Amino acid sequence: MSSKPSSEFPFSPPAPDSPANHNPDGTSLFLPRDDLNTLIGKLTADGYQVVGPRLEQEAIIYGEISGADDLPIGWTDLQEAGKYRLQPRGDQAFFGYTVGPHSWKKFLFPPVAVVATAERDGTGWKLDTPDAEPPKYAFLGVRACELAAIKVQDRVFLGGPYTDPIYQKRRNAAFIIAVNCTQAASTCFCTSMNTGPRCTAGFDLALTEISDGFLLEIGSAAGNAVASGLSLQPASDEQSGRGESARQQAVSQISKHMDTTDIRDLLMGNLQHPRWDDVANRCLSCTNCTMVCPTCFCSSVKDVSDLTGDHIDRERRWDSCFNMDFSYMNGAPVRNSIHSRYRQWMTHKLASWHDQFGSSGCVGCGRCITWCPTGIDLTEEVAAIRSSPSSGRSERPPISDAEVSAT
Amino acid sequence: MKGNSSNSGNPQQGQHSASAGTLAASPRSRPRPRLAVFKFASCDGCQLSLLDCEDELLAAAEAVEIAYFPEASSRMEPGPYDLALVEGSITTPHDAQRIQEVRRCSRFVVTIGACATAGGIQSLKNWAHHEDYLKWVYARPEFISTLATSTPIADHIRVDYELRGCPINRHQLLEVILAFVRGQRPKLATHSVCLDCKLKGTVCVEVAQGIPCLGPITHTGCGAICPTYDRGCYGCFGPAAQPNCRSLTDHCLQTGTSASTLLPLLRNFNGYAPEFREASNRVEALSAAAASVKEPIDE
Ligand code: SF4
Ligand code: SF4
Ligand code: SF4
Repeated sequence: MSSKPSSEFPFSPPAPDSPANHNPDGTSLFLPRDDLNTLIGKLTADGYQVVGPRLEQEAIIYGEISGADDLPIGWTDLQEAGKYRLQPRGDQAFFGYTVGPHSWKKFLFPPVAVVATAERDGTGWKLDTPDAEPPKYAFLGVRACELAAIKVQDRVFLGGPYTDPIYQKRRNAAFIIAVNCTQAASTCFCTSMNTGPRCTAGFDLALTEISDGFLLEIGSAAGNAVASGLSLQPASDEQSGRGESARQQAVSQISKHMDTTDIRDLLMGNLQHPRWDDVANRCLSCTNCTMVCPTCFCSSVKDVSDLTGDHIDRERRWDSCFNMDFSYMNGAPVRNSIHSRYRQWMTHKLASWHDQFGSSGCVGCGRCITWCPTGIDLTEEVAAIRSSPSSGRSERPPISDAEVSAT
Repeated sequence: MKGNSSNSGNPQQGQHSASAGTLAASPRSRPRPRLAVFKFASCDGCQLSLLDCEDELLAAAEAVEIAYFPEASSRMEPGPYDLALVEGSITTPHDAQRIQEVRRCSRFVVTIGACATAGGIQSLKNWAHHEDYLKWVYARPEFISTLATSTPIADHIRVDYELRGCPINRHQLLEVILAFVRGQRPKLATHSVCLDCKLKGTVCVEVAQGIPCLGPITHTGCGAICPTYDRGCYGCFGPAAQPNCRSLTDHCLQTGTSASTLLPLLRNFNGYAPEFREASNRVEALSAAAASVKEPIDE
């Protein structure tokens, strides 16, 4: 992958004090199990709204956390294409699950936001941009693929000449506690995308859960300040060893793979491949994959007025390339079929994203596979095209570049 | 295809093509646009949505002159009307005549609700023998004059805009009225219910609980109420834009939902909408074919 270093962008995450997997004094640190609650309490006392995993609606979602008891203790998830089920683990693990239906983007890039208001004022208008202080979030339980996804969205929202103030404020204020995966779902393929499962950078603190507590790594000055208020002990070799084998377990459980060799050219060279018809027969164009994807960033903006027409909110909502209205221009939708919409999504995510942002748009979290109601798996779609590339043997007239690369 | 985005006529080209093609009256010189509300075969729920707009009703009454609305007022002014809201489906010969009259005296016709846009729950009779229904329901069926089918308004007259839902969403109704008042074409979203689930953070009941859900093929409008309360979507707002009903029904059948569960889900308030109708007919044919294969073995 041709991922550019994040330092090329105006925004870069807090610089680690030292290589992330070591602590300032070079020793590994151990946080006893009971002190996780102290950490949550300390962050709350510091003015953070702590958000993390909770059991809700038959799933592990991300919501507000007031103490360690709110975490999904002893629960895990079974995931496959189009299917997610909770299951008891038979132990007391806090973080013994893989990524679920929510992602952190719902906090940094809110699903619905008012970006401007207009109030009729005599014969004119009074325009405003609401800028109430956003919540100061502490994210608890961010996985490696999710750190990578946040980095992707940093490039999208903060990396160019136009930055998104809503995202920027939330992102700059956020405190990130990463958690190394100790297990993987059948839908995970972070190893193919070089994003995990080990958290290596982009966090303030990182935890590896072992039965009696956590191995703790410090990733930033802010992380160091929070850690200094905890009763940390040096980790024993035995504890470090257990942490290492727990992390290794996640690596060895990863069974899904996506071959990314020359993937940009592979997909762009196969825009007329018959597989797009095949997937279009199965795809519902329901938007679920884009909504759950932690990197998808599309939205649409609409002016919502009250009945008098004197007050108008300019509202931004998550939107999706799977919606017909999303490509509506000059009286008709540009992508007027499920075929063209699925192809747009996948070629943007895996191919033209490289041109636009210098990296893949996919971090291998597997959410789009699990949460697709009909279980469409993008890794299988790529594999099908790779196994019978049809470049140059196009039966259809070529489509315009605009249709291929419009986002 | 019927849908909010593909309304069958451009409001700017109403049959009485008045100046500037807008309903909007200039503040002083012209009267407010005249609104009429007509009822055909329906439960009145959609009209009630208009009365339900408590907070906004006064402002709405200022923007338009409510000239004919028997449900709300005994004052019934004769036409012509600038905007007619039509609730209900066509089920009698008399109504088939009356809807022509509505079209003649109205500049714009907007149909509201599942009955008016898709035939309503009463279109279940389109799959049955209506004489049988008459005998079951009425003591003296010979006095009842009814058609064999319940059909949407757009099967009978040109409709300028169709607003979906059982019942309609009152905010969408106000948006549509306002758009006509301001001389704009209404622009409501046509995406699936799934997007609404995701905006709310509602976990998918189909994926996480295996509950059959019509959300992926159903038009937005309800705010994903049912999935939020752990139930599958019933399709109250009719088909979304370009719904892939075949993929969804095949998937449901393959993952253990029976045709006897799927059929009543599809043949519901919007069962006679073309996309849902075709889907339910196909599911029915598939299950009949499967049964006929099984029968000789059973004997
Ligand atoms: S495309 Fe799918 S696997 Fe890749 S980051 Fe998005 S949701 Fe995860
Ligand atoms: S790939 Fe799956 S989740 Fe995405 S739009 Fe198609 S059916 Fe929906
Ligand atoms: S619950 Fe139904 S409407 Fe909601 S996302 Fe799942 S399939 Fe779509």
